Amino acid sequence: MIKLVNIHRNFQVGEQTVHALNDINLEITDAEYVSIMGPSGSGKSTLLNLLGLLDRPTSGQYFLNNTNVTDLDETEQALMRNKSIGFVFQTFHLVPRLTAAENIELPLVLAGIPEQQRKDRVAAALDSLDLSNRADHKPEQLSGGQRQRVAIARATISRPSVLLADEPTGNLDQKSGLNVIEILEALNHKGITLIMVTHDESLGARSTRSIRMLDGRIESDTVPGK
Amino acid sequence: MLLTRDAIKFSWQALTANTTRTFLMLLAMSIGVGSVVILTSLGEGARNYVTAEFSALGTNLVIVIPGRSETSGGNPATMMGVTERDLTINDAVALTRNPDVLRIAPLNIGAAEVSWQGRKREITIQGSSHELLKLRQWKMSQGKFLPKMDLERAKSVCVIGNKVRNEIFGAHSALGQWMRIGDRRYRVIGILDSEGQSLGIDIGDTVIIPVASAQSLFNVPSLFRIFVEVKTRAAIPEVITFIKETLRERHQGVEDVTVITQDAVLATFDRILGALTYAVGGIAAISLAVAGILIMNVMLVTVSQRTSEIGLLKSLGASEQNILMLILIEAVLLSTLGAILGFILGQLGSWAIRSAFPVLPAYAPLWATFASLFVAMLTGVLFSLLPAKKAARLNPVDALMRH
Ligand SMILES: Nc1ncnc2c1ncn2[C@@H]1O[C@H](COP(=O)(O)OP(=O)(O)OP(=O)(O)O)[C@@H](O)[C@H]1O
Ligand SMILES: [Mg+2]
Repeated sequence: MIKLVNIHRNFQVGEQTVHALNDINLEITDAEYVSIMGPSGSGKSTLLNLLGLLDRPTSGQYFLNNTNVTDLDETEQALMRNKSIGFVFQTFHLVPRLTAAENIELPLVLAGIPEQQRKDRVAAALDSLDLSNRADHKPEQLSGGQRQRVAIARATISRPSVLLADEPTGNLDQKSGLNVIEILEALNHKGITLIMVTHDESLGARSTRSIRMLDGRIESDTVPGK
Repeated sequence: MLLTRDAIKFSWQALTANTTRTFLMLLAMSIGVGSVVILTSLGEGARNYVTAEFSALGTNLVIVIPGRSETSGGNPATMMGVTERDLTINDAVALTRNPDVLRIAPLNIGAAEVSWQGRKREITIQGSSHELLKLRQWKMSQGKFLPKMDLERAKSVCVIGNKVRNEIFGAHSALGQWMRIGDRRYRVIGILDSEGQSLGIDIGDTVIIPVASAQSLFNVPSLFRIFVEVKTRAAIPEVITFIKETLRERHQGVEDVTVITQDAVLATFDRILGALTYAVGGIAAISLAVAGILIMNVMLVTVSQRTSEIGLLKSLGASEQNILMLILIEAVLLSTLGAILGFILGQLGSWAIRSAFPVLPAYAPLWATFASLFVAMLTGVLFSLLPAKKAARLNPVDALMRH
């Protein structure tokens, strides 16, 4: 469960203050499938980064699974990121020197999970994403679609309750983009809360809830098909 | 919490994957540490060389020189119009009458033409006694040194250095041969084994004859020096007083000799030695600073290159402490490797100097070696931790978006 109360995020650019998020109030229940759309610069990424605890709001409260995470200190937030949140980036952000398996393993390594348990879980993740024969490949040896699948496996390996994706298909061709969306939707069907930023109207239409942003505000919050 | 084993593995992978950075860092480290070791070994070698030259004079040595030293101010003898007296063999013998005097050796020095079967050379001739061997801690390679006998006796025997033996006698056996020195003939009874310089004379390139023989050969009544070896270091001041009093009595109450100790000689050169020590320290400090700046730059550049990776790790749930631990392990691994390489480089370098210049005992002083290792490791760790700490404090998204 996610709840945002009066969230503001200002950026100071020289003399000027940019209101990237301007009084956002939002509630998202478990296992929802939410798409966030809007013109460039409307604050979509800023919102998603706040939700992923990659950034802190200038003011306002953020509750995640009934915890006020805005009050948490740095170490507690790190634990939250590790356990409760998965983040998928447009540019994958894989560690180039590590193999696909090692990249997927990273959150478990950071959590201090014993090696054997890690191997089992990584093998299962690789298998479910059809990557088993790519386990020992470095990112540069993988296609864009494969890289994003590795990134998804890494984001979900800790079994988080929320999966955030910022234009996950932005760097992919249509076919592998669709494949990635189907994987994310399958994860959503199994119960994960999926929040995805996209520019693609047809992808946005697939979600069960569509949020449109403009100038740092929520312009509309609709359930398509209703 | 991140397990230590996994952290070490992760850091090691970071090192081995980024070969350019690792190479640059190892280069900076080894040049830094290596240059400190090499330069200080050079400086220390020069210092040790000078020190060794003076301690080669022998221990607890007091040297008597005819005439008042100019440094001690006006000369009462010359001021009163009294000519200085010669330092004689009997003066030398008189100095043995003190229980604290272990041995004495008179010395006369001159140059003469030495020849044997047509081979000729101009060589430094020293006139002395059989005590000189022990006093100067020389060794014989063949035969015997000058015999123990009355100092007034002029016996026609001589002891020659290695170089003289090789150049005058070549493949022939030198022992027992009659060699011409000036206009007289002397029988070779021994060959010195020692090498090197002593008081500016090449030990290999000298001929030693009895002191009385030298006096008549060069026709000089005065001795050039009297060496007095004292039994203990503590007795030196008393012996100096004894020498001065004895010689004043023998010279009709005129103090016309100068008595110096090895300590005094060393003290004279203390300023040179001190300057050399400072020079070595200065060289070390400059090399260390250069090494430190090199290491600092490589570390600063590489950590800022990795800010985005730090951001990614944070987004995956790494805490600030996790990041610092990873960077610290990496820095320690890298610095240790660099320090070891630099140490090896330095040892090779100073070994090369010793091989090229055998007279220079070019060994890096321990303090310089340890200081360079310490500074290299410290700067390596410090300048990877400081920027890493800054990066670890950033919002994950700010770190992630850096390039
Ligand atoms: N670190 C930052 N410093 C200053 N301004 C920022 C920063 N991050 C975002 N902004 C500003 O905040 C506003 C919202 O940016 P954001 O990245 O959230 O937009 P977006 O909706 O994701 O756009 P796009 O579709 O182009 O990705 C923009 O005006 C942007 O310039
Ligand atoms: Mg964006």
